[in-house]
Amino acid sequence: MAEMMYWEAIRRAHDEEMARDPLVICMGEDIGVAGGTYKATKGLYEKYGPERVIDTPISENGYTGLGIGASFLGVRPIIEIMSVNFAWLATDQIVNTAAKVRYMSGGQLEAPIVVRSPGGTAHQLGAQHSARMEKVFMGIAGLRVVTPSNPRQAYGLLKSAVRCNDPVFINEHELMYNMKGEVPDEEYFHPLEGSEVVRSGRDVTLFGYNISVHWALAAADRLAREHGIEAEVVDLYALKPLDRDGIRDSVSRTHRAVIVEEAEPAVGVGSEVMAIINEECFYELDAPPVRVSARDVPIPYNHRLEKAAIPNPDEVVDAVLRMFGKK
Amino acid sequence: MTSENKSQLSLDAKKRLLREMLFARRFEERCYEAYVERKIGGFLHLYPGEEACAHGVLEAARVGHDYVITSYRDHVHALKSGVDAKAVMAELFGKVTGTCKGLGGSMHIFGVANRFMGGYALVGGPFPLAAGIAKGIQMQGGDEICICFLGDAANNQGTFHESLNMAKIWNLPVLYVCENNLYGIGTRIDRSTAVIDQYKRVSGYNIPARQVDGQDVEVVYEAAREAIDHVRNGNGPYFLELMTYRYRGHSMSDSNAYRTKEEERMWSKRDPVIMLRDRLIEEGAITDDDYKAMDTGILDEIENEIIRFAEESPEPPLELLDKYVLAENDPWVHGGPK
Ligand SMILES: Cc1ncc(C[n+]2csc(CCOP(=O)(O)OP(=O)(O)O)c2C)c(N)n1
Ligand SMILES: [Mg+2]
Repeated sequence: MAEMMYWEAIRRAHDEEMARDPLVICMGEDIGVAGGTYKATKGLYEKYGPERVIDTPISENGYTGLGIGASFLGVRPIIEIMSVNFAWLATDQIVNTAAKVRYMSGGQLEAPIVVRSPGGTAHQLGAQHSARMEKVFMGIAGLRVVTPSNPRQAYGLLKSAVRCNDPVFINEHELMYNMKGEVPDEEYFHPLEGSEVVRSGRDVTLFGYNISVHWALAAADRLAREHGIEAEVVDLYALKPLDRDGIRDSVSRTHRAVIVEEAEPAVGVGSEVMAIINEECFYELDAPPVRVSARDVPIPYNHRLEKAAIPNPDEVVDAVLRMFGKK
Repeated sequence: MTSENKSQLSLDAKKRLLREMLFARRFEERCYEAYVERKIGGFLHLYPGEEACAHGVLEAARVGHDYVITSYRDHVHALKSGVDAKAVMAELFGKVTGTCKGLGGSMHIFGVANRFMGGYALVGGPFPLAAGIAKGIQMQGGDEICICFLGDAANNQGTFHESLNMAKIWNLPVLYVCENNLYGIGTRIDRSTAVIDQYKRVSGYNIPARQVDGQDVEVVYEAAREAIDHVRNGNGPYFLELMTYRYRGHSMSDSNAYRTKEEERMWSKRDPVIMLRDRLIEEGAITDDDYKAMDTGILDEIENEIIRFAEESPEPPLELLDKYVLAENDPWVHGGPK
């Protein structure tokens, strides 16, 4: 087990997959000569050349569609969209083609592409550079959506996504590329479905994904230390499909649920997890489930307002205390 | 004008093309009837008037070797690509024997075994897909090309510009064929588009482009031969604009009220099937009776083989409903093969 950064883990997955299979390519803006905005493809241009590490024009829908077309012929493109805010322009090809082509062709074609892109609120990037899009893609039949919360997942999810025959959207985070964590030395393929219990507890389940796993973990520490409440933290690294079994199992153990998400509340991960809890284990509940979400606003520029727009561990602690009637 | 100086097509090839184009005409007309009879549902976009485009271009291509992709107006491109007419009709009828087992419909005919990579319903959607198929060809070193047929109005999509640009900078083996029928649904080209001649728009991407008569299959064939040679020989993309006209409305829900009878009459004088027929009769290659017999044979085949097959085929089973959403038993979903 070696410690490496999130970006290094992504880079390693690219490198191994490209070394193994000459049909694995990567493409995106500034990923080649410049090495990638977040260094996720650093050095690959020198190693694999311009035909396989493709600096694209700023044409998100165009190059995503091009990757999809190439995937029809067996190419396995890893498409980096510089910021998820720009992936809105590629939703046409991702949703209308990649997600649907196997179905509407009666199984004749498939689009095994990987689209990876960082979203989330970073440091004062403003309304048009702070979006989250997982809720959009997780609503689409025919897509898979995964979202790594640490370097091990970032490595293993990309490895599996490249080999999987479905189109996979990988939701990364602007703030997480320099996060350090253990990654197995040997090859590792993280499952594209399921969830992980990253902290056990008997009193309440905190569901998080990507960066909100860390807010949930910080909240769980405080709840244990200051309030004697033992929270279980479940990492929903797979958002499409969501892990019904894992959600039911955890809530059946703790009987309480809080979903922590960086996005606006409407039509999102939280509302979907709540629906699953209702459908799977309503009578296990000792209290109504609660969401801790971003405020329903475009993300503001001002530092103080920006912080106020998205959740933090204290808000999670407060939500749990209210649930226990302690606040 | 005799056909010898029109094209290098042999007499046999021209006779076969006449039959194929007449077949395509009758096939589409029968679709119209089946739609009125409610045997076909959804949106139905027909091709009569434009037959010389698909036939001329694909006659010059290596069908089954080269890749073809197009829009929702896709039946005839599929047929000329070698996709079984019975399976196309069955797809329109929504039957399990259809090209896509009844999951696709008129706008989504696929015949991947024939390298017909499908019909797509988003205007402009196939532009980048075609460039990507060409990228796949280029990476694997084959001598195939990708041929993408789209309409004139599609060129107002961003994907047109994005794809031409990428095809050029990466020297991709793709031939874009613009079937310029002067309308996008009910909007005439001069009302929607700053430049009427579509090939001129391509000069901004440093890609060779040419405009020819899309009603004369021999003219189309010759232009396509040149274009395809260019692309196959590693010279990168090419854009071929074919001036044509659709006889019917845009789709079945279109009454055609936005066009003058005058204009329609003018184009009907340049009917691609009739022009080829008359030329072959004039040359003494066929007689009018031969043509009529051909027509009768086609109508008989469509009714007694194709329509019957579609009618008698079973509906898809309900189990098909969620079969092709995600890959089946993909080991990588669960951490790889155990
Ligand atoms: C993205 C998108 N916008 C609008 C439509 C509706 N629509 C379908 S066909 C069409 C006109 C396209 O005209 P053209 O590209 O010239 O092709 P033609 O139908 O004439 O062959 C329009 C607007 C669509 N299918 N997709
Ligand atoms: Mg048109």
